[in-house]
Amino acid sequence: MKYRSVFEIIGPVMVGPSSSHTAGAARIGLVARDLFGRQPEYAKIHLYGSFAETYKGHGTDVAIIGGLLNYDTFDERIKTSFADATALGMTFEFIPEEEEAVHPNTARVIIGDSMGEMELVGISIGGGTMEVVELNGFPLRLSGHFPALLIVHDDRAGVIAGVSNIIAAHDMNIAHMEVGRKEKGKMALMVIEVDQMFDESLLDQLKSLPNVTQVSTLAN
Amino acid sequence: MEVLFGTVKELVALAEKENKPISEIMIEQEMQITRRTREEIVAQMDNNLSVMEAAIEEGLKGVQSTSGLTGGDAVLLQNYIKTGKSLSGELLLDAVSKAVATNEVNAAMGMICATPTAGAAGIVPGTLFAVKEKLNPTREQMVNYLFTSGAFGFIVANNASISGAAGGCQAETGSAGSMAAAAIVEMAGGTPQQSAEAFSIVMKNMLGLVCDPVAGLVEVPCVKRNAMGAAKALVGADMALAGVVSKIPTDEVIEAMHKIGQSMPSALRETAKGGLAATPTGKALEAEIFGKDKAGRDTVNS
Repeated sequence: MKYRSVFEIIGPVMVGPSSSHTAGAARIGLVARDLFGRQPEYAKIHLYGSFAETYKGHGTDVAIIGGLLNYDTFDERIKTSFADATALGMTFEFIPEEEEAVHPNTARVIIGDSMGEMELVGISIGGGTMEVVELNGFPLRLSGHFPALLIVHDDRAGVIAGVSNIIAAHDMNIAHMEVGRKEKGKMALMVIEVDQMFDESLLDQLKSLPNVTQVSTLAN
Repeated sequence: MEVLFGTVKELVALAEKENKPISEIMIEQEMQITRRTREEIVAQMDNNLSVMEAAIEEGLKGVQSTSGLTGGDAVLLQNYIKTGKSLSGELLLDAVSKAVATNEVNAAMGMICATPTAGAAGIVPGTLFAVKEKLNPTREQMVNYLFTSGAFGFIVANNASISGAAGGCQAETGSAGSMAAAAIVEMAGGTPQQSAEAFSIVMKNMLGLVCDPVAGLVEVPCVKRNAMGAAKALVGADMALAGVVSKIPTDEVIEAMHKIGQSMPSALRETAKGGLAATPTGKALEAEIFGKDKAGRDTVNS
């Protein structure tokens, strides 16, 4: 089920003019910012399909930058996001691509700073709803409907059990879980959507597990 | 995650079996899926209603978009209604003007509530605030109007599409007009099945509608498609309330919309490459707004 709440149909409350090209785009930026965990210093954004053809008229560009600045869909500061980003010292670039993407409204967002870089592919599926379909080269499906844990780890026996044991010890229920790897025995990514919010102690415990290299979160 | 309904057939059957309006089934499903309380859910919808009302008020004062393509038509329509010469009727034209008002505000990057999208945001509130003048609903009934619209939109979004880029304008103003028709029926005292009939009657008249925005902006023809979407919603609701039924069941109409959307060429799905966007005037307007270079074809650096 792509849509689960009535407020994805009657909503979001947003700055115009397009739910898929403005609000959905802002959410792609917002989720990227959330997963990165801090204000990026630079952003390089590749746009595909209808995003590439019509992004200026829809304010897709200002909306994505607004999201990267932590502005929600109804935040009127979206209109001034370019100037706000520049004032914060964030550089950005938009690259409309000719090639066809899987979905007509696709953005590949590369953000980073001196401490690291992250690459995320988001699709805006309509009415302001978005999905993350790729993160740092890992294919995945993340709706943003639920709070989510994203755990980068070495592809070793027992890591998944270690993670799920900690989650169970915190009395939390896993709504959806996905594990992907690029190559056998190398880096892997675990995506776990849970029903309730997680606390700091859970995150600290996960980070201290052997073979876990990075833990990031996505709040609902 | 347990849903109470996935199709219109299931939704209507449940409403009939439990003798509840569709809006109530939608609230119950929302409580079940999101585990929030009724009070929280109703309060959020009440807030959305306030956003809609404020957008209409702003649009009726007169707004202009940055491109200059749209704005001011809501005022023209209200002035015309006041002359008493309206041929199609005051209520219908009032809905049209309020739908236009909302979309003019949207085009001017004002605050709106997507229903189900921003490009189609005028139809549900436009019809609601026009029908309000005749039916004098309570605030609760007005909020329920949005839940009923949402229930039908929820089914379309999950079984077909509400995105112009994926399914054309039929998926946006088509869905919005059909959702509004179903909600008007409930507010006017019709049955859940009559809501479904109204939805089908309107959607059948939206099938094939392409998404061809001039210069890629949500302005031309979007604002006028909202105007006519509101008109169709009212007429469709009246037809269903009169007892007219759709020969093709609602879920099959939705499925047809989905398949038509999938077979629509990309040029007619929000890429601003076909239809009205590709007319000589459409292209000239695009060049005027974005300069000689094709919009969205150059790189922007901070």
